[in-house]
Amino acid sequence: MKKLVILLFAAVLAFQSSGCANKEQNSGVIKVVYWEKWTGFEADAMQAVIDLFNSRKFTNKDGKIIYVEMSAVSELDRRLLTATAGGNPPDVAGVWTWLVTAYAEKGALDCIDDYLREADITEDRYLPVFWEICRYKGKMWGLPSTPASAALHWNKRLFREAGLDPNTPPKTIQELDVMAEKLTLIKLPGQDKPISFYELKSRSNYKDLLAQGKIIQMGFLPSEPGWWPWSWGYWFGGKLWDGKDKVTTDESGNVKAYEWVKSYSDKYGVDNIKKFSSSFGVFASPQNAFLSSKVAMVAQGVWMYNFIDKYAAGMDWAAAPFPSDEGRLKDVAYVEADLLVIPRGAKHPAEGFKFISFVNTQEAMELLCEGQVKFTPLKNVSENFYARNKNPYIRVFRSLAESPNAFITPKMIIWQEYQREMSFAYELIRDLKAAPKDVLTDVSKAMQRRLERELKMAERAGEKK
Amino acid sequence: MTREEKRDLLKGILFTSPWLVGLSVFVIYPVVASFYYSFCYYSVLQPPRFIGLLNYKDLFTDPIFWKSLWNTGYFVLFMIPLGLVTSLSLAMLLNTKVRGMAFYRMIFFLPSLVPMVAGSLLWMWIFNGEYGLLNNFLIKMGLPNPPNWLMDVNFAKPAIIIMSLWGLGQTIVIYLAGLQDVPVTLIEAADLDGASWFDKLWNITIPMISPVIYFNIIMGIIGSFQIFSQAYIMTGGGPQRSTTFYALYLYQAAFEDFRMGYASAMAWILFVIILLLTMLVQRISKEKVYYHGG
Repeated sequence: MKKLVILLFAAVLAFQSSGCANKEQNSGVIKVVYWEKWTGFEADAMQAVIDLFNSRKFTNKDGKIIYVEMSAVSELDRRLLTATAGGNPPDVAGVWTWLVTAYAEKGALDCIDDYLREADITEDRYLPVFWEICRYKGKMWGLPSTPASAALHWNKRLFREAGLDPNTPPKTIQELDVMAEKLTLIKLPGQDKPISFYELKSRSNYKDLLAQGKIIQMGFLPSEPGWWPWSWGYWFGGKLWDGKDKVTTDESGNVKAYEWVKSYSDKYGVDNIKKFSSSFGVFASPQNAFLSSKVAMVAQGVWMYNFIDKYAAGMDWAAAPFPSDEGRLKDVAYVEADLLVIPRGAKHPAEGFKFISFVNTQEAMELLCEGQVKFTPLKNVSENFYARNKNPYIRVFRSLAESPNAFITPKMIIWQEYQREMSFAYELIRDLKAAPKDVLTDVSKAMQRRLERELKMAERAGEKK
Repeated sequence: MTREEKRDLLKGILFTSPWLVGLSVFVIYPVVASFYYSFCYYSVLQPPRFIGLLNYKDLFTDPIFWKSLWNTGYFVLFMIPLGLVTSLSLAMLLNTKVRGMAFYRMIFFLPSLVPMVAGSLLWMWIFNGEYGLLNNFLIKMGLPNPPNWLMDVNFAKPAIIIMSLWGLGQTIVIYLAGLQDVPVTLIEAADLDGASWFDKLWNITIPMISPVIYFNIIMGIIGSFQIFSQAYIMTGGGPQRSTTFYALYLYQAAFEDFRMGYASAMAWILFVIILLLTMLVQRISKEKVYYHGG
């Protein structure tokens, strides 16, 4: 019996030690495990970069060849959490910006400052906003893989049909609202031809007519696509916090923004809008509100081109900066990036960084961004990059990322909660359940309490270290 | 213990070890750990730090916690009686002697085989305010303005209850088994005495299957308190948190907000609630449940 148990143990041990670690040492190849959230053409573009990297046969300091293998991981943020906590994370992970704040704060990422110094990668290579995105508490935690910015997309055909100049986008939020009224079509019972809201509102009983009728097209809808319900304040000069320890959800710019959101419900009716929105299909489908010409103007990211190309190929559209309140702020835009980071406990951090730095060379970055039809976050752009890029408005997105009024995901340790809280606050305002000022004050108070608690906990954790 | 007995014991342990290891690694350890974490500030990414009762204190002043508890209580309160009546009636219908009964039984069991995600996506379309099957039907029935189910604060929870009734196949099967165990002799005797259909149901069938009802109520309470997937997939907790159920809020705290300690405290409160309710049901059952031969 005893012999059997001992034999079993021996077998297990032998199996373990003959595993990949040994194979790697013998073969002279170091495998860098890279987790990415992308699939489809976005993954293909990254694979092309990886193939290029692997073909160059870069070596580490021991002279071993670095080989990168990418795995598409769904729900990457959750898996990275458990893998990192379990001490078995990938060497490189492609993450969203909010994750950097949360992870860096909790010491779950490797700071890359030393690697950057060694590789002589400096701030002046990048558009400032992207360097800023990678930084938390004065240190660098990753480098961008692909950048993105959001702009107003509009449907030129619908503009023409509404008697608007298809080449002139709104310059102010107020202009946008008027254009939206002209672009909003309502079908009244018993009438074949739909009537625009702009026309309808001149009638004295228009509210009754609207209630009987049915919206069949809208010029603009603050809830479409509804991915960033927290962000509207920025176009009105608002901010969500002071960048340190004060939540400012209820400051005047934000209140004005959500009064504006509310104005859409006041104007078109909560139920009418809901009924109309129920007719939208999922985002990545031809039934998408914008792609199916149901909503004429949307705020969307640089990636929208790919979906237009795939689901509404013949669409006549254009993109321009989303206008601000009374046009007071120029080129306000939400700027994001996908980032490459090294989780704490990675087996081959230096080799992982070698790959990250390769992605951030002009050659690789342009290959990647051209493949994903995005712009490059690097200052230097090769001569024919824009000519090769399939998105006809790629320069619009790039210039938005260069704008001093570009804003990024707030680097708050409670961002996930704050964002969720804002989504529910948005619903309350949109459904006319409470006044924007009251809702925002409630959010501000609740999040201030949460922020203070987390900051205190973080401070105590710092003391312990 | 003789040498032989010792050897047998060792063998026994060895053969049951996969299960023993599984139980201790995947059940006992997490349960004990979560109890400890509930007294800690624990983000998963950092080692847990003991903070005493702070999580529990925070929970009692957290409006979302109360909201989620209310939402879940509402769901349980409607789901248990509705589920009981629906599944028992269906089981009785499926217990009659009609041609093609096997087919009907299959039809009612089928939905419980559909994975939750697929079922939820399907119901999202059924509940769709504009093109949904349900509203189309309601309009045809003469209701001109049916609710926009999943987007309406007042109807999102009822919608999820309706959807949950769809997946009662397992419960129906258990009732069906119970019904088939009701002695025919008793029914025949009642028939001879001229008992009505309702008399037989109330005085024979229900008492005879009371242990099955008891079992299903307990399982129903446990299951309903843990409702998660439907809300996670269909509504994300909205509109206006009306479908933020307890388990959903727990999940958000643990995996979105990195508050594993807080979530652990929530889990233990839920455990206590379910335990108390089960004990209550058990107390009632002492008088009402009849075990024949027992």
